[in-house]
Amino acid sequence: MPVSKVDVQKVAELARLSFSSDEEDLLVDELNRMLDYVAVLDALDTTGVSPTAHVLPLENAFRSDVLGQSLTQEDALANAPLSGQGHFRVPRVIE
Amino acid sequence: MNYEPVIGLEVHAQLATNTKIFCGCSPAFGAEPNTHVCPVCLGLPGALPVLNQNVVDMAMHISLAVGCTIQPRSRFLRKNYFYPDLPKGYQVSQFQSNEEMPLATGGGVEVPTADGGTRVINLTRIHMEEDAGKSIHEEGFVSSGESLVDVNRCGVPLIEIVSEPEIATSDEAFHYLTRLHQMLVYTGVCEGDMEKGHMRIDVNVSIRPVGSTKLGTKVEVKNVNSFRNCQRAIDTEKDRQIALLETGGTIQQATMLFDPDRNQLRPMRTKEDSDDYRYFPDPDLVPVVVDDAWITKVREQIPELPEAKKIRFGNDFDISRDQIDILTSSRDIADYFETTVSSGAGAKPAANWLQGDVMRVLNEQKITIGELKITPQSLAELLQLIDKGTISGNIARKVFDEMVDTGDAPQSIVEKQGLVQISDTSELDGIVDQIIADSPSEVERYKGGDKKLVGFFMGQIMKATKGQANPKMVSQILREKLG
Repeated sequence: MPVSKVDVQKVAELARLSFSSDEEDLLVDELNRMLDYVAVLDALDTTGVSPTAHVLPLENAFRSDVLGQSLTQEDALANAPLSGQGHFRVPRVIE
Repeated sequence: MNYEPVIGLEVHAQLATNTKIFCGCSPAFGAEPNTHVCPVCLGLPGALPVLNQNVVDMAMHISLAVGCTIQPRSRFLRKNYFYPDLPKGYQVSQFQSNEEMPLATGGGVEVPTADGGTRVINLTRIHMEEDAGKSIHEEGFVSSGESLVDVNRCGVPLIEIVSEPEIATSDEAFHYLTRLHQMLVYTGVCEGDMEKGHMRIDVNVSIRPVGSTKLGTKVEVKNVNSFRNCQRAIDTEKDRQIALLETGGTIQQATMLFDPDRNQLRPMRTKEDSDDYRYFPDPDLVPVVVDDAWITKVREQIPELPEAKKIRFGNDFDISRDQIDILTSSRDIADYFETTVSSGAGAKPAANWLQGDVMRVLNEQKITIGELKITPQSLAELLQLIDKGTISGNIARKVFDEMVDTGDAPQSIVEKQGLVQISDTSELDGIVDQIIADSPSEVERYKGGDKKLVGFFMGQIMKATKGQANPKMVSQILREKLG
């Protein structure tokens, strides 16, 4: 099923992106071309093959429960557009 | 029409690890804001999360203790949503679907029923996830139009324990939470301090006509922070739904917040698409594979659980049902009691002192039994001093208070303060004679039939001996001398 303009609008909304109508048309076209490109994989029979989330055959990569080094408050806030009172300052998020 | 509520609970419990779930920062409560953070907590580009093995161990402990099935293979997914307390733009969690399994599924928690029996509330799953940060909106502290964000809590390890929607009353919900709390603390996987947010509850409530088996539309109450509030939130929401149906309204699926101060629920403003979390496997984290050997190892480490302990205490010790409940309410108290007994105290006096004086001190000083300066060995020694008649029960209370303050051994307090009980007949005789000689009018009245005055003489003698006279002997001598 090809990507529709509604799909693009929904994904954009979820990602907090906004596009003009022309840009949306362009994205519909580009996304469909990408899907067409990988559609060649549909020719393979994947019955009984579980979906792969990692390309490396790794499992159980653990760390031990030992304290490491944290940043200072100053460093933690260094990249914040706004900060104060030791906190990140952001636009108000509740009513 | 009569309605009944159908309740499901999602309990978020903080695991008692040394470090966060995916990095080496401390999960400790109450630090200066944004000081327990690193590039992983902040979601900085290139930061690589690595799973804390202790998180899996602890999650398995409680899962096995409540009878869950450990899934041989599970993984972490990203739950995507935008909120400023979530710097990465997603929460790392687990999920359950046809293709996806969390760490543990099934299991159940036994709750008491009104008729004195028990029944099992089944669990759907237990999964591992990371906590989000904290936003602060309080007027006065925060400039208008702004919120402040503290990221310390990001990445604090949680397990989410999801029950089936089969809790029938708010009381049953309370019992379920109490039992779960006890299990979490017993197994040592959660400290269970509600004031530090170690357990937070999401409540799903729907109602249906009594006898119906169809589920109604559910309303979710988020982030309830105490068991009492959970009970109140359920009752408030149940009443609201019944009133709505009875006046011809319909129930809308919604997410609410409970305001305990006003006993009110208010809808949370949610974005239309907030349920569209677009879960997908986190490419930074590899699957967790648990084999039988690991399960066996964890199973062997699970301590004796409350129910088993209650039965054993009932068999081994001659103490009351109430005392058994109190002594097994926490593992630390149960251990303290058993050590006191094995150090030479009788079970009955040990239980009495723990239930009375020790609990009083813990409550008054707001400390745990681990912080009490009196060791179980010292308490046993004190009880033996009473048993041998070295000190009286009253003096023992004085010694106990001194032990609470100093942590000194009872024998040395007794010796230092000269508190040894006077049980020497000739010495007591002399004191009793003196008191009788000093109180001619009381003696007259006593002999005239006012037998209650024996209390007066007793008091005078205790005063004269600073409470050290052996009360049994004094009472006997008094009766002999006064006739």
